[in-house]
Amino acid sequence: MAPNTSEAAVDLDAPWISQEDLPVETYQIIDEDGTYDSADVPDLADEEFLDLYRWMLVEKRYAERMIKLQRRGQMGTVGSSRGHEASIVGSGYALQDGDWLLGMGRETSAMLLRDVSLRDIILFWRGVEDAQRFLTEQNCMIGISVGGYLPMTTGIGWGMNLTDSDSVVTAHFGDGATSTGAFHEAVNFAGVLDAPAIFYCQNNQWAISTPFEKQTNANTIAQRGLGYGVHGIRADGNDVLAVYDAMREARKLARAGHPVLFEALTYRTEGHSTSDDPTEYRERDAVEEWLERDPIERYESFLKSEGLWDEVDKDALVAEVDEEFSAAVEAADEYGPRDVDELFEYVYDDLPPILQEQLDEMERELAELDDLEAYIERRPKG
Amino acid sequence: MAETIINAINMALTEEMDRDDRVVVFGEDVAETGGVFRATEGLKEQFGGDRVVDTPLSEIAITGGAVGLAVFGLRPVAEIQFSGFLPPAFDQLVTHASRMRWRTRGQWSAPMVVRTPYGAGIRALEHHSESLEGAYAHVPGLQVVIPSTPYDTKGLLKSAIRSPDPVLFMEPKHIYRSIREDVPDEDYEVPIGEAAVRREGEDITVISWGAMMQKTLEAIDRIDADVEVIDLRTISPMDRETVVASVQKTGRCAVVHEAPYSGGWAGEIVGTLNDEALMYLEAPVERVTGYDIPVPLLSMEDYYIPHPPRIAAAIEDVLAY
Repeated sequence: MAPNTSEAAVDLDAPWISQEDLPVETYQIIDEDGTYDSADVPDLADEEFLDLYRWMLVEKRYAERMIKLQRRGQMGTVGSSRGHEASIVGSGYALQDGDWLLGMGRETSAMLLRDVSLRDIILFWRGVEDAQRFLTEQNCMIGISVGGYLPMTTGIGWGMNLTDSDSVVTAHFGDGATSTGAFHEAVNFAGVLDAPAIFYCQNNQWAISTPFEKQTNANTIAQRGLGYGVHGIRADGNDVLAVYDAMREARKLARAGHPVLFEALTYRTEGHSTSDDPTEYRERDAVEEWLERDPIERYESFLKSEGLWDEVDKDALVAEVDEEFSAAVEAADEYGPRDVDELFEYVYDDLPPILQEQLDEMERELAELDDLEAYIERRPKG
Repeated sequence: MAETIINAINMALTEEMDRDDRVVVFGEDVAETGGVFRATEGLKEQFGGDRVVDTPLSEIAITGGAVGLAVFGLRPVAEIQFSGFLPPAFDQLVTHASRMRWRTRGQWSAPMVVRTPYGAGIRALEHHSESLEGAYAHVPGLQVVIPSTPYDTKGLLKSAIRSPDPVLFMEPKHIYRSIREDVPDEDYEVPIGEAAVRREGEDITVISWGAMMQKTLEAIDRIDADVEVIDLRTISPMDRETVVASVQKTGRCAVVHEAPYSGGWAGEIVGTLNDEALMYLEAPVERVTGYDIPVPLLSMEDYYIPHPPRIAAAIEDVLAY
């Protein structure tokens, strides 16, 4: 491979610009050792500081238990969000009632903060069509097509402008998505239209097996905002207070007609999904290093310094969120009964005659063809 | 040795890279891990990181990049991880790959292969299960190939890589590892544009391709009739001669595909028979297909797939007409 061209290697006279001229800071409030400057801490009530902690436990236990369910055959393929707790919770916590959130599936508690129910997230990962019907009732949607839903994010923000809404739209996506054309077109378009849109990239540094440094030659995602004339920021995605604080400002910017490209720098400590074995392509050492930067432990040290830790009974909190998860699984298990007409519903507003015919034929064949059902397996609790 | 379709892909790629150093393989996750289905496993170790490349997540640039490489004289074999991710790159196939030869009056061309797994049945999320071969086959200048056996997979992929024109090589991922047969180590090609007669018969012609071939063969085993089975193998340009000759002989026909009914390739086959074999038909041609709906999510996707009882019932209807 030819090396990247750099100024150092080439004699240049013209006034070139380079990303090396543009150091992008990583916004941090609590550093890796848990130290911080009190003046930088966002102005939150004690119960809100504790609430952030609880939500991170919700995200962590959700991830751990979803993987367990998958291993037991009670869940489809699912991706763990371990390590992303601060990025997910900090961003979700800064949104407000009426805000929209489109995600890629690794931002569950941000959706729960929008009042999506955990049962419906579980139904989604079990491949139940109606799950997204419930998500969208809370202005949330999960897009599996990487980056594909970013232009519509711009469109939603545009619509907010046209209807004098005072909300914002946020799209959560990963570093891989920033390589798609849809991402670039969406952010550029948002800039032109002053759309109240926050493009929230959880840069966990891996797109399945592709590391961030092979995803782009850019040093950061945040700097790309400049290319479209929109605000960009890189925050430490393992520092829940930095993420929350910057997201709060991002929301203000968006409301003022300045779309934002937000990069939360974190790390995917587990596989892309339960179908992926990361030991095939990355060194254990790098993972260990990031496990030591665990966002929850870092925030615990903050709570200790603030004298709030005494109010936390961690075991009781974990037991509580576990119980909520169990109740959600139970509710998902009980979801139904389901029927094949679900598959034909919602293709169009009105079922056209040809679809009605096909549905009738499917039902007739299921009734009349003796062993057709033997070929059909309803998957995990579907 | 008995090999799977996945093994056959790997064999074809290995042999072609070895034979022709213009062949380059790239896509998401193809180099370090050998692809999410392991089709490209070992290629980077054998041929190095310049010829086996993990790309950024960009279907447009993967496909458009292949056009550029091909125009510049290389022989790109790009992988699109799932065919459900291909739509953004449809523009590159339609706007550039398929018409480069035509646009430049033969000065430039796009001898490239885009490999992509298609079809339902692997319990995946949205956009991992579709069969849109009919949409791609509608593009003039684009060849659309779908193998159904390991032997054909190797021979067709070699033909695709050697073809002077672009090939969309759609792989039936549901049967990637479920069928095995002997795949010779030596070099051979299975020509693009030639259907295979899998079984000869006199009573009815049943046409299918890809993952549906297994279901079709299973269905035929339930039927007491002398069935001729055609594996289309190349969707476009279609081997009309084999199809028409068979139906002229049997006078009856059923077509089985996984893609939705309306606008599906079965319609094109019916049209061809209307043009070339109408007066030979003793019954209307039946189409056994998916429904005109998005492929259901994993919990109920089995309802969508044309299973052997449906196929057998349709064939019996045609025979009884």
